[in-house]
Amino acid sequence: TKISGFPSSPPVAGVLPAAEMANKLVSDMCLPPHLAHLLAARRLTTAKDVLSLPEVELMSLLDAGLATARDAVCRVSEFACPPCQTALALLEERVRLGGGGRLATTLCGLDEALGGGIPLGKLTEVVGPSGIGKTQFCLKLALLATLPECYGGLNGRVVYIDTESKFSSRRMIEIGQKSFPQIFRQEGLAQKMAGRILVMRPASLSDFTKSLEQMKVTLLQNDVKLLIVDSVAAFMSSENERGTTGFTQHPLRWALSFLKSIAELTRIPVVVSNQVRSQSNDDGYHYSFEVKRRGDGDGAERLESHLVAALGIQWAHAVTIRLVFESHSGQRFIKVAKSPMSPAVAFPFIVESSGITLLNDEGIDVSGPEITSIRCQGQNLLGLLPFENRG
Amino acid sequence: MAPNEIAQKLLLQGAQNAWDMLSEEQSQKHITTGSGDLNGILGGGIHCKEVTEIGGVPGIGKTQLGIQLAINVQIPVDYGGLGGKAIYIDTEGSFMVERVYQIAEGCISDIMEYFPCHHDKSSSGQENLQPESFLAGIYYFRICSYTEQIAVINYLEKFLGEHKDVRIVIIDSVTFHFRQDFDDLALRTRVLCGLSLKLMKLSKSYNLAVVLLNQVTTKFTEGSFQLTLALGDSWSHSCTNRLILYWKGNERCAYLDKSPSLPVASTPYAVTSKGVRDAGSSSCKRVRVM
Repeated sequence: TKISGFPSSPPVAGVLPAAEMANKLVSDMCLPPHLAHLLAARRLTTAKDVLSLPEVELMSLLDAGLATARDAVCRVSEFACPPCQTALALLEERVRLGGGGRLATTLCGLDEALGGGIPLGKLTEVVGPSGIGKTQFCLKLALLATLPECYGGLNGRVVYIDTESKFSSRRMIEIGQKSFPQIFRQEGLAQKMAGRILVMRPASLSDFTKSLEQMKVTLLQNDVKLLIVDSVAAFMSSENERGTTGFTQHPLRWALSFLKSIAELTRIPVVVSNQVRSQSNDDGYHYSFEVKRRGDGDGAERLESHLVAALGIQWAHAVTIRLVFESHSGQRFIKVAKSPMSPAVAFPFIVESSGITLLNDEGIDVSGPEITSIRCQGQNLLGLLPFENRG
Repeated sequence: MAPNEIAQKLLLQGAQNAWDMLSEEQSQKHITTGSGDLNGILGGGIHCKEVTEIGGVPGIGKTQLGIQLAINVQIPVDYGGLGGKAIYIDTEGSFMVERVYQIAEGCISDIMEYFPCHHDKSSSGQENLQPESFLAGIYYFRICSYTEQIAVINYLEKFLGEHKDVRIVIIDSVTFHFRQDFDDLALRTRVLCGLSLKLMKLSKSYNLAVVLLNQVTTKFTEGSFQLTLALGDSWSHSCTNRLILYWKGNERCAYLDKSPSLPVASTPYAVTSKGVRDAGSSSCKRVRVM
């Protein structure tokens, strides 16, 4: 039985070989002839086919001894294993590539907290209630990526996937003119920058998945330096968001892991915006060993429950950086909710003609799990779960 | 057969008597986590020759602890460490090298603090205590699919044969690809079982610690939804030790959920700019832009 799962993208010769380790052909592996024939006869053509089976099952499938099965697995594994690098080599590569591997957002406090800006090669999520400023943030990022390097940009193209028809060129140019007046005063520059932004408007989930499948080639051929998906949750409301029992192969799940792998392979930042929904009763709160306190007041309990659901557990594990946009006490905040190298800090901000501006670059330290909750006008909200699977 | 002959036969087949095992266990060094309290509930630290699973919600600090262990295993023997190297298998892309550098610096500054005169006496001390040499001691694999994950675990046998100084293998996280790309749950269980047996065997034959970072999911038990570690019930049997990281109010805590020799216990800990430390240390995790 074939294991379905990762849909195979159309093979593009010579492009990003590292990504296709799982699809490496057994015939390319220079195995000893008897093994090669044995595997071919059973239609085990890729590394994935061979390695997805436990050894004992492979043994019975090949109708061979354990030693043969082990030998096959050992050789195929060696070919399918990605190369190893020392952490020092990674650091030297990062230094060599320059720019600290970041896209600066020009919001000083946020950039400092993130170690320079939005990281290249990683998936960054922006989540918050509607109207809070996520699209404004994305518009500014798109503009920044197109600017020449001397102005802190990436001097490249941007692919902006606009699923809710929120992209406004007029607004983006306005942000540009107000934030960088000296640049935009130059003749024709606005047109040049705007011309570097490719806006895609998929009408349905299948359109979206299709355009993602072609994305790898698009990104490489057009020297794209930033990919934005605003928002990823738009197609959720029309689909059944809650998986019932067991695994549901939701197409959006594939899209999300694909975005992440694209980010790493092309070494560009991928920014994804996410919506929120209000709490439901099904959200899990505690581990079995934690004592459940009764009547302890709704405050603490609700906060903890929102933490769990807001992270949309499986999705939250997948993103590297999560920026929560929220409002409370009459102010809006950007919180660095998840980042391997940042402190838990929140920055108050406003949205004005030049886009988002921080009111305070020092930031407010946030302790405990509150950093991950999303509040809107006193209520706690939750990140929209693309899928809640119970497995 | 006489009892002596049976014992002889078993010894030939690789069995060991309990007394020899005890003396071996007592001479084992542990890998410090950076937090004395956390080491305390773990019986000194992470054990070699054992598989330890560490799970928790996103943002609690699993990757931080993984990186801390990858650095701490390299603490030279002169300073009470194992002087070994680390293999870091990254399935999620959360390994950020600037943070690793920062944690290495934090570790070195703590060593200098505890051993102020020592490094003058030790001949090799000074040169080795650079963050760059700690980074050079971490072998990093970036895994993008479950096929690659299976491949790298299979390949470890050969790699470890060639790199005998590795004393810890960290997989961050073991769950990621298996949760999303596997349709057939029963097959997934069998594959995972095979992997965990392999890892256990590697830990014993090469005398190293295996640390598996796991994600969290919700499970409906006893009339309500509870948090539990991912990958199901059968997987939960695979690891020797299990540590769960969770929030208690505003503090990070660790709960030792499973251990063959230690009682269940929990303790608070903190993640600071220097890495994992005891709770109550300066809890500011400010980062320096590199």
